[in-house]
Amino acid sequence: MRKHLAHLSDEALVALVARGDDSALAELYDRVGRAAYGLAFRVLRDDRLAEDAVQDAFLAVWRTAAAFRAERAKASTWILTLVHRRAVDVVRREERRRVEPLDDATRDAATSESAEDAAWLGFERERVQDALRKLPDGQREAIELAYYGGYSQSELAERLGQPLGTIKSRMFAGLARLRELLDDGAEEGSWTPNYTS
Amino acid sequence: MDSELHELSAGYALDALESEERDAFERHLSGCAQCQEDVASFWEVAGALAVVADGSSPSPELRNRILADARAETQTVVSLDSRRRVFPVLAAVSAAAAAVVIGLGIYATSLNRDLDSTRSALTAQENAAAVLADPTATSVALQSGNGRLVVAGGGSAVLVLDNLPAAPTGKTYQAWIVDDQTPISAGTFEATDDRAIVPIPQAVPAGAVVAVTVEEAGGSISPTLPPLAASEPV
Repeated sequence: MRKHLAHLSDEALVALVARGDDSALAELYDRVGRAAYGLAFRVLRDDRLAEDAVQDAFLAVWRTAAAFRAERAKASTWILTLVHRRAVDVVRREERRRVEPLDDATRDAATSESAEDAAWLGFERERVQDALRKLPDGQREAIELAYYGGYSQSELAERLGQPLGTIKSRMFAGLARLRELLDDGAEEGSWTPNYTS
Repeated sequence: MDSELHELSAGYALDALESEERDAFERHLSGCAQCQEDVASFWEVAGALAVVADGSSPSPELRNRILADARAETQTVVSLDSRRRVFPVLAAVSAAAAAVVIGLGIYATSLNRDLDSTRSALTAQENAAAVLADPTATSVALQSGNGRLVVAGGGSAVLVLDNLPAAPTGKTYQAWIVDDQTPISAGTFEATDDRAIVPIPQAVPAGAVVAVTVEEAGGSISPTLPPLAASEPV
């Protein structure tokens, strides 16, 4: 029934959602839901809370899709931003103390994704991990603990025993560098997996 | 000072600012093209971090729950008409500013009233409708005054006051979030038809109380006691 939606961009789907098309919302969920859940789970470490965060975010998409502007943000980015903010709100509100970032090894849980998705995800994961590894330790640590752990800059300053100004600078420099590294990768055409090599 | 604010774009994009700083940065953001660009591109970077965050999958029921909730809402709350009315107002805001606003979604913790008060009012109304319609929202009684405080996930809250007469001439009602620290203003509002539905623009933290005072027109930086109404702790 939703075959006609398959060729549409995420942004076009959001436009349909804004007109109350629930099958477009379903299609968006099928495209972004898994990444959204993975992110929420990484921050919250609890499957029920993670599902709640994803549910809230998609309902926010449903309610506010008319306000979405595609000029400046990808739809998937918007959705992940909503999920992240929600997850961080919950983690801070519930005073859930967060544990250390997951090891790479524990991250690859068995899932039902297709082989093609798995290949793309594996490739993308490698690309992002590579970029992260190129950052100075302090910058990487600040970014990972903030984004995956839900720590605020002042919490990080306390936890790491660094001045707040240092944490702010590291986060900015690290993200700017990461942006450069990921852009370079994309320009080399490495966004899609190359099965022949 | 500006370069310090500018640097906050990274912490903002990673949701790593404390609420006060986040509010200050949002005020700066509405007028700073450079920061808007940085935040947008940092969100994209964060999106890449999100995609590689975790390998696990949600339960298949999650999809059904989302769709069921969305369908239930179409008929009851956010009608197509109300969305269409909001649309042209949003379109009047510059694309860049709108992109920032939409990024905040309904979890925006401060509505930028300086930027476009009409848009803010409409956004606030939509947010209020969303909170009131949220099946998981809880209703908190008032310890003084008539009405209730409805709190949805993330501390989004709407104060509903009944039997509230219009404020005296030259005065206004002002809402406050009272934590164990300095009360934070949640904006001024007027009562109409003996009723006020007041969206609280910031998240209300657990344990906090939402209170209402009467202040001079334009509002005050600190509450004039005693409060006219106050909720039980959230």
